[in-house]
Order: sequence, then C-alpha cells, then structure tokens
Amino acid sequence: MNFEYTEEQLMIRQAARDFAQRELIKDVIERDTHSIYPTEHVKVLAELGFLGMLVDPKYDGGGMDTISYVLAIEEISKVDSSVSVIMSVNNSLVCYGLENFGSEAQKEKYLKPLARGDKTGAFLLSEPEAGSDATSQRTTAEDKGDYYLLNGTKNWITSGNTAGTYLVIAQTHPEKGHKGINVLIVDRNTPGITVGPHEDKMGMRSSDTHSVMFNDVKVPRENRIGEDGFGFKFAMKTLEGGRIGIAAQAVGIAAGAFERSVKYAKERKAFGTELMNHQSVAFKLAEMAVKIENARNLCLKAAWLKDQNKPYGYASAMAKYYAAEAAMWVTTEAVQIHGGYGYVKEYHVERLMREAKLTQIYEGTSEIQKIVISRQINNDY
Amino acid sequence: MNILVCISNVPDTTTRIKFTADNKSVDYTGVQWIINPWDELALTRAIELKEAGKANKIMVISVGNSTVEATLRKALAAGADEAIRVDAEALDSFSTASHLADAIKQYPADIILCGIESSDYNGSSVGGMLAEMLDLPSVSSVSSLEIEGGSIKITREIEGGRQQLETALPAVLVVQKGIAINPRIPSMRGIMTARTKPLKVITASAVNAESQINSYETPPQKSSCRMIDPENLDELVELLHKEARVI
Repeated sequence: MNFEYTEEQLMIRQAARDFAQRELIKDVIERDTHSIYPTEHVKVLAELGFLGMLVDPKYDGGGMDTISYVLAIEEISKVDSSVSVIMSVNNSLVCYGLENFGSEAQKEKYLKPLARGDKTGAFLLSEPEAGSDATSQRTTAEDKGDYYLLNGTKNWITSGNTAGTYLVIAQTHPEKGHKGINVLIVDRNTPGITVGPHEDKMGMRSSDTHSVMFNDVKVPRENRIGEDGFGFKFAMKTLEGGRIGIAAQAVGIAAGAFERSVKYAKERKAFGTELMNHQSVAFKLAEMAVKIENARNLCLKAAWLKDQNKPYGYASAMAKYYAAEAAMWVTTEAVQIHGGYGYVKEYHVERLMREAKLTQIYEGTSEIQKIVISRQINNDY
Repeated sequence: MNILVCISNVPDTTTRIKFTADNKSVDYTGVQWIINPWDELALTRAIELKEAGKANKIMVISVGNSTVEATLRKALAAGADEAIRVDAEALDSFSTASHLADAIKQYPADIILCGIESSDYNGSSVGGMLAEMLDLPSVSSVSSLEIEGGSIKITREIEGGRQQLETALPAVLVVQKGIAINPRIPSMRGIMTARTKPLKVITASAVNAESQINSYETPPQKSSCRMIDPENLDELVELLHKEARVI
C-alpha cells in the first residue's frame, strides 16, 4: 500500500490547478450566468493535452494514468465543472470507447483528432424516455447493408452542438432487446442531424447541453464499433470508467466549496471572534474534510484498479455515488457557512451547489449506482 | 543561439513560513517546492523564443540537493531541453553564484537569464555576481527580450520610463515581470517527453559562504481592518486622531 503520488502525478495536478486558478476563475461567473460555452478555455485544454490525456501516445494522446486524470479533473472542478465535464466526456467516454473497442481504421480517423483536441466528442445514450433505463432505446439504426439508417432523438447531450464526433447508441434488432443495440460513430455534419436548442440548466450552465435529432441519417457500416449488437455492452463498459471522471468532478466541487468555506471561516467574525472559533462551524468543516477525504480515496482506488487492469465497476460505482452525495452535502453546508454571502454569485459556493446536484444525476444517478453496488453484493456474499 | 535559465527552487508562495527552534533557519517540513516565479517567467520567454525559431536550445540550471530535481523536471516539462543540477547546498548568494559560474564555464550559453530575485530570500544579487564571476556583460531589470539575427534587443525599466539597448553576447540578463506575461503551464506531451530529457548532476567545488544568518523573525501580525461608513467622516477623523494617532 502506497499513498504517495508520483512526481509526474503531482506535476499534472499542478498544471491543472494553474490552468484553473489562473484562467478559468477569471470569467467563470459570467459564463455561468449567461450560459457561454468556454470556447477559448477548451482550446487551451486541448493545447495542454487534457482532452486526450488518457489516450495512448500512438493515437496522439497524453498517455497518462487514471490517477493523474482524477487529480486533474478535481483541480479543474474546484473552479468550473462546465469545463471538467467536457474533459470527462471526451476522455472517459468517447476516447476510451474508441481506443478500447474501435478498429485501427476508426482510431486513426476518429480517435486521433479527439485525443489531440482538434475536435471534441459526445456520447449519445440518453433519450427522452430512456435515461436510467438505457435498455429501452427508441432510436433505431436500421441495417441497410452498406449503411445504417439512424432515426430518433437523444437528450441531455453534453457538447451536443460543439462536438465534431458523436458516439450514438441505437437499436438495430428490437426483437433482441438490449442485445440488438449498436454503437455508431457519427460525424456531426452528416445530413439529417438537427441539434435542439441549448438546455437552460440549473448548473454547469456553460457546458453545451442539447437534444440531438436524427432523421434518416446514413451512417457507413464501417462506423459501427465492435460486432453487431455490441452497443449496450459498449455503453455499460464505457460508463464504468466515466463514473470515475464524474466522481473526481464531485470531489473537486466539494473540495472547492470546502476551501472557500475554510478561508471564509477564518476571516469572517461573528459574536467577537472568527467563525472558525465557533464549534458549530468548525465541526461542519471537520465533517466536510472527512467526507471529501473519503470520496477522494474511493475515487483514487477506482482509478488505481483501472490502471492495474483489474475490475473496477464496483469501485467506480461506489466512488461516483459517495462523491456525488458528499458534494451535495458539502456545498449545501458551504452556502450555510457563508450565510447571505453564500447565496450570492460572487462567492462561488451557490454555483458549486448547483453543479453538485448534477453529479447525483448524470452518468448514472445515485440510485443507479446503488443498483450496481447492491447487485455486486448479492453476487459476492 | 542557446539560452540558459538559472532556476531557484523556492517554497510555494502560499506556504506558511515557520522557523526552526533557534530561529536560524527555515523549517522546510511539508513545503511544496516551485520554480521561483521570476525564473519561471524567464523560462517562459526562453520557450517562446525557441517556439518562434529564434533560439535553439534551452538549458536550465539549479544549485541544490536532489529535492531540486522535481523542479528541474517541471522546467523540462514546460519546454527546456536539458537540465543541470549542481550538487551543492546554496548557502548564500555568493556561494550560489560561484557554483553557477563554475558550471556555466562547462556548459556555456549565449544568453544567461536570471530572475530579478528569488521569492524566498529576495537577495537580488545572484545575477550580478554571476556576470562578474564569468566576466560577462550584464543588464538588470530586463522587461523585454527579442532576438534578431545574431544580436538581442533588450528593454529595461528605469525611473520614469524605459530604456532600449543592445549588448554583446554572451551576456547575463536579470529579468523582471513583463519578460513574459503568463508562466508556461506544462502540457501532457511536455510532461511525457520530460521523462527522457537529460538531467545532469555535476559535482561542485568547495565554496564557502560569505555571509551567515543570525536570526529570522516574522513581521508583526496585521491588525484587523475596521470599515467606517463613508457617511461617517467625523467618526473616521476622530479614530485617526484619537486611536491611530496619525493626525
């Protein structure tokens, strides 16, 4: 057992911290208020190599381990989760899926530009009537021989408008249920694709969330990833890793709110002394610290298992569940510690609280994580 | 044209500084080390010049024990090509400059950049001493550096304005804020390639310190700030008169 980070992991954490604290912080409130996509920041993320940091260097990625990735996502999320979600979806869902299950030709054509950050990717699984219940896909990919004919609507798609490459989950053989589902690589500019209006969200407001409609969209057969019917398994495998990214994001949101709360508690006075000297506040900070440490450790363990090529689905579900719940609690209490100041935008904690809420919902709700965890318990005991 | 950047390894600027029991040295337990911010700007400018095709090779050098190596590797990750660690303790500005001068005689460069001061001891003297020891021209307070052909154009800040000048090379330039705007953040590719870039460790000759530290003390704690309503000028005047006794 070794709890030390390597020199390289620390260097990556510092690089992410510098980027977040020097660049993202400057306009995060304005971007959140007006739902402005962080175009310039995403360019810098690409230049720094964060968008494809987990991808093998032979596909133009950064070749970094998952622990480094967790540290980087945490630092960026302390400041702005709208940016870290773009990074998480691109790395852990789109690039991971292509790298692990795509053909060499697909990797050459699609993975490389995504790993370099020339394009961003989007993962299209959720539908208006299929969120947590991902087996009931209504989007169809009809097998037409040389191509698939794609029809249907996808919802809540991160980077839905800005992404250059979509990974679309769709049903080809309805009679086979989830075993009839495929995953297709779809170029954003293919005729027949319509992107719905920007979703006016509660938090992570500057990420680019849209619904995407497919109307007789022709997708070449060679753009199918894996064997016929591999789509559902692909989605589940990919989401296992995606959870680590979102767990790290939740840790970052909580840690960001905690750091601001400690600073505030040591500066602000009430009843003649700093808030920190009031036990009601000090104990709250102690509880926050414990929850954050627990969440971070769960997250790092899942990352470590993934790096060791060991099964990590159970660990990543635990990390995602616990970190999201911790983030919600910590940010709510951070607003409480800040009092009236916490309720206004200038102090950031209200925004972190709004961002925390989404970590309990997307890439598998807290309830779904408990299903994954309890099924594993049922198997193992 | 080759550039050598002298790097000082300093505690992170947010470190809470503590002293040892005898108050004669700093307690470095648990300290996070970073590249001295002025040296980081110097390095950033060197990288920009290399990226613009104006410089060929960038070397970084530091005096210290093995803890310095993490900082040097960060410089390699940011874009330096080679790093040199002089294996000696930096006792004071004179010993640091002496060690650097000995090493630079073995690894010469056309432009030697030093930050105007280090953020820990703020001595502001290594650059000047180094130039003297190497018998090279030196320019202080450099806020802009351009390379044109085989020569350099320098801007330095002076009282009430700026001065533009050129100097023979090699030269030691002591740089300040403005030399680069934002310090370069290492990229994933940079961090990856830093694994294989050379970091040489060279042994140092014996150099004695010319000064010694007798004791350190922290500045007195700032008293808390009291806000006076802008409508209450009388209260402000009275407090300045009776309590602060400044008027």
